[in-house]
Amino acid sequence: MLLLALDTATPAVTVALHDGTDVVASSGQVDARRHGELLLPAVDRVLAAAGVKLDAVTGIVVGTGPGPYTGLRVGLMTADTFGLALGVPVHGVCTLDGLAYAADIEKGPFVVATDARRKEVYWATYADSRTRLTGPAVDRPADIAERVAGLPAVGAGALLYPDTFPQAHEPEHVSAAALASLAAEKLARGEEPAEPRPLYLRRPDAQVPKNYKVVTPK
Amino acid sequence: MADEPLVLGIETSCDETGVGIVRGTTLLADAVASSVDEHARFGGVVPEVASRAHLEAMVPTIDRALKEAGITARDLDGIAVTAGPGLAGALLVGVSAAKAYAYALGKPLYGVNHLASHICVDQLEHGPLPEPTMALLVSGGHSSLLLSSDITSDVRPMGATIDDAAGEAFDKIARVLNLGFPGGPVIDRYAREGDPTAIAFPRGLTGPRDPAYDFSFSGLKTAVARWIEAKRAAGEEVPVRDVAASFQEAVVDVLTRKAVRACKDEGVDHLMIGGGVAANSRLRALAQERCEAAGIRLRVPRPKLCTDNGAMVAALGAEMVARNRSASDWDLSADSSLPVTDPHVPGTGHTHDHDHVHEVSKENLYS
Ligand SMILES: [Zn+2]
Repeated sequence: MLLLALDTATPAVTVALHDGTDVVASSGQVDARRHGELLLPAVDRVLAAAGVKLDAVTGIVVGTGPGPYTGLRVGLMTADTFGLALGVPVHGVCTLDGLAYAADIEKGPFVVATDARRKEVYWATYADSRTRLTGPAVDRPADIAERVAGLPAVGAGALLYPDTFPQAHEPEHVSAAALASLAAEKLARGEEPAEPRPLYLRRPDAQVPKNYKVVTPK
Repeated sequence: MADEPLVLGIETSCDETGVGIVRGTTLLADAVASSVDEHARFGGVVPEVASRAHLEAMVPTIDRALKEAGITARDLDGIAVTAGPGLAGALLVGVSAAKAYAYALGKPLYGVNHLASHICVDQLEHGPLPEPTMALLVSGGHSSLLLSSDITSDVRPMGATIDDAAGEAFDKIARVLNLGFPGGPVIDRYAREGDPTAIAFPRGLTGPRDPAYDFSFSGLKTAVARWIEAKRAAGEEVPVRDVAASFQEAVVDVLTRKAVRACKDEGVDHLMIGGGVAANSRLRALAQERCEAAGIRLRVPRPKLCTDNGAMVAALGAEMVARNRSASDWDLSADSSLPVTDPHVPGTGHTHDHDHVHEVSKENLYS
């Protein structure tokens, strides 16, 4: 087994290679506005560090979000197309599950929250690092304060709103290494991870911009 | 000729997911999935709806194009993709797919300009482009007059709309007439049964002191809408066919007049017309008439190649390969305002992470 994992659902652009037992190489950069530019060079670096070519990979693992849409799609589109070109399966893993796994908490419950912008968080609750209890959902922190009161929390969304998540701690960002390890565990147990489809959680803003199709430079 | 470059092109600048395959100037496949129906009820393209649709449609559309062309991906000489201009989020889906595809197959990647692609697609219909070529690009997104002496390296803007695109005016008038979206085909249909001289609508920017090659359709749009409203306010029936014909005549009169004038002024004996509005039957007929009178050869691709598609991107990509233009880097970005003067985005030769500041897109990446 050789899994290439990537996630662009949050400000982190993260890539890892996993041989079924261990993470072989990984890369993580945080830059919310450059997912499109950073992802392919990161894949190239990770493969080079491991000394393998892409066609040695037996499966692709991709974070399915939830996350801000534009960035989220970069990872999903890349994973889908790798799968097509290489003829290998593409496995989806909820990005929040990756963070929960990396948090390495044996006994919960605890919360994972990422930044959903617009003063909201994407969040889910977990019984332990491998078992999701509720979510994922998108809400304003104040609106869920009662439901998460007293629970430890991880992720950038939790660290951003200390009033709602006073017990927030690391990890702040998701790592593809965690996604890959989680997917490898599932596959080893004969479990199929999720479909590689985006978890948008919000309907698109159905607003036609002024001069909606004008793209010609003046 | 089997030694001509075999190139797959991906287009996602607006609401069409296009994947085309060409060998040199020969069209092998033109697969398009459109999300236009999902936008119809909003009266225009909703960027987030378009981007979501691109992600879903991409892999099936690539598959369909490969089957249609009867080739395997391993045989390709390169992958081309629209790098801009267009909707930032929509472009990014296509650029991500193209990069991943090129990287996985070990093929060079060419990020190309959407407008230059609209011109280059005519090679698939009428053979190699004459050099120079004058091009009139008219669609819901563009109204430009461009002069190119080499489609891979030299595209010069002669004029452009100063307000709305020609296609937008069609959409707006169709909406005012309650004919639905998109407006182009339906206006064309009604206009065929109407009198183009029934109502004298204004011809924008055609005065002696106006810029010779720029366009304006905003004033026309308003004039037509006011005329319709006045009729309705007076309790009279709106003569839909005559309004459609007279409005359409005002648009195509200005477009063809300026295009022919630009050809004469620059001593260019070929005019190509591209973009969705090039499917308009009256535009084709009037352009033919005026070009013949001026001794200019008119080239208009078939309607399916005029609207946004992947074949046009592949056509320009094949030309990039044939002329040994340098491939793009793996950190190629989607540039919503890529200048028309950049037919493609050549690589810088070094692949390490750039630390120069990237132009931040005007579009909110989180919307
Ligand atoms: Zn176009």
